Amino acid sequence: MSRPAHRRKRYWNEPRMGWWERAYLFEVARGLLITGGVFTANMWKWITGRKGALTAYYPEEIRADYAAGNRGKHVLTQRPDGRPQCVACNLCATVCPARCIEIDAAFDPDDHAHPKYPVRFEIDYSRCVFCGMCVEACPEDAIRMVPETPGLPSFDRDRMWIAREELLHWKPQHDAAKPYPPADSSGGAP
Amino acid sequence: MNVPVAVTAVYVAYAVGLLLTFGTVLTWVERKQAAIMADRIGANRAYVRIPFTQIRLIWWGLFHGLADGLKMLFKEDFRAVPYDRVAYALAPWVTFVPVMLVFAVVPFGGSLAPGRLFPALAATYGTQSFRMQIAPLDAGLLVIFAFGGLTIIGTMLAGWSSDNKFALLGSIRAGSQLISYELVMGLTIIGLVLIYGTVDLDTIVRRQSGTVLGILPAWGICYQPFAALLFLTAAIAENKRIPFDLPEAESELIAGYYTEYSAMKMGLFMFAEFIEIAIVAALFTTLFLGGYNLPWLTDAGFVFPGGHRLALGTGTVVVMQVLTFLAKVLLLCSFQILVRWTLPRFRWDQLLHFAWKILLPLAIANLALTAIAVAVLR
Repeated sequence: MSRPAHRRKRYWNEPRMGWWERAYLFEVARGLLITGGVFTANMWKWITGRKGALTAYYPEEIRADYAAGNRGKHVLTQRPDGRPQCVACNLCATVCPARCIEIDAAFDPDDHAHPKYPVRFEIDYSRCVFCGMCVEACPEDAIRMVPETPGLPSFDRDRMWIAREELLHWKPQHDAAKPYPPADSSGGAP
Repeated sequence: MNVPVAVTAVYVAYAVGLLLTFGTVLTWVERKQAAIMADRIGANRAYVRIPFTQIRLIWWGLFHGLADGLKMLFKEDFRAVPYDRVAYALAPWVTFVPVMLVFAVVPFGGSLAPGRLFPALAATYGTQSFRMQIAPLDAGLLVIFAFGGLTIIGTMLAGWSSDNKFALLGSIRAGSQLISYELVMGLTIIGLVLIYGTVDLDTIVRRQSGTVLGILPAWGICYQPFAALLFLTAAIAENKRIPFDLPEAESELIAGYYTEYSAMKMGLFMFAEFIEIAIVAALFTTLFLGGYNLPWLTDAGFVFPGGHRLALGTGTVVVMQVLTFLAKVLLLCSFQILVRWTLPRFRWDQLLHFAWKILLPLAIANLALTAIAVAVLR
């Protein structure tokens, strides 16, 4: 069985080497100058106490160029007195496609405006898909997502649950549009 | 010259310590330099925790070399069923030992007069001074080439005894490559030998201590710039580093001739390779960059071209010469790493073409011109 001789395909834009490139040495020198230049520039940055690399230290360093709309780690917003704005309505947990939000509700008789509040609010980041549906479902603007995602990875799945206190306090946010207690619009206390 | 055992022992300790340190530190330098050249950070996660505290010493990842060494020591010493057990066990040492031995004839400093340096030793040594060189041999260069040639045997033994096609291919490549480039290396050196009229490395270094044309240091690279270039190329090829790393081209041959080696045996091959970087740098420094000589530095201090003098003590001069040698060697190591992370690998036919059709004629031409020039000027 005879096979046709192999013929390398020629492309229309194949680079052609002139005598300068064929001499090899000059191009080697040029390459060394380029890499050496990059090395010197980066090394100078390191020596003068700046960072000479594009890499972000992970997880110690939060990268600076997250998109403004990136859906990252959740934040529970606070009322002015520091309690969560969440009313434990379970809408976020219901809408969550990954079913990773768990809320235990409790009753606070002293808080007339919002007697129901979450004693336990946990998100399982080993399952969260960062779809943002919880944020859209929330009627109280109690849960938000910020661009950054610090502290999520872990060697152990059980350690990837993040609880109410951290969600409230790792990056405290208030809803300035809603004063608390809310202005009375019912025409008088019951 | 009769060198006392104590002095030689100090020299040997210094040389062995130096080479082992270079072998370890160069792995770190290689990683870090490659990373910095590529806008990366480089290995920086290994740390040593001070016992009973939470203080972690990271030191820019210096401990990665330590971690590597520990890993190699404690790894399973897997033994394939080799074709020849003795050769298999011998090969790493046949590669490693000559590399260490080469440094014996390299002068790493000027002269050391223990009696003048340390008054406590004056009674023993008087005003004697010794060359800072472990083995002050007349045939220094020849010894270097003799030991350098031995590494070929190590690679061939490793490839042959492994009973592995990749290893054998690697060692065949290594054999032909090393022999080709050793020829080039030898021919480039002969020009220098003609100029200096000796193969004694110490004399060669001493001849490089003055100045030429008033300002230029009388280094070999000023007399033989072309030979320096050829020598460095051939030396990098001798060391089997990119762009000449075909014997161990990992994308084609796994690891070439040491494919079947694991644990510290493989570590010895790697270690020998890194020490060889330092050896190549030391040789180039000795032959072409004036060894331990700084421009205008004599045994009594600096003598600048304008006639200014700056007198220095013996101790200062000795320390400066040793440090100068180390600095030159480090810079050259760094340059070799720069070359490694810049150039792509040759193809096999290109490699031999480069050696026999380009480097060898150039080396011969250089040698002929040098011979004529030396004959005319003498």
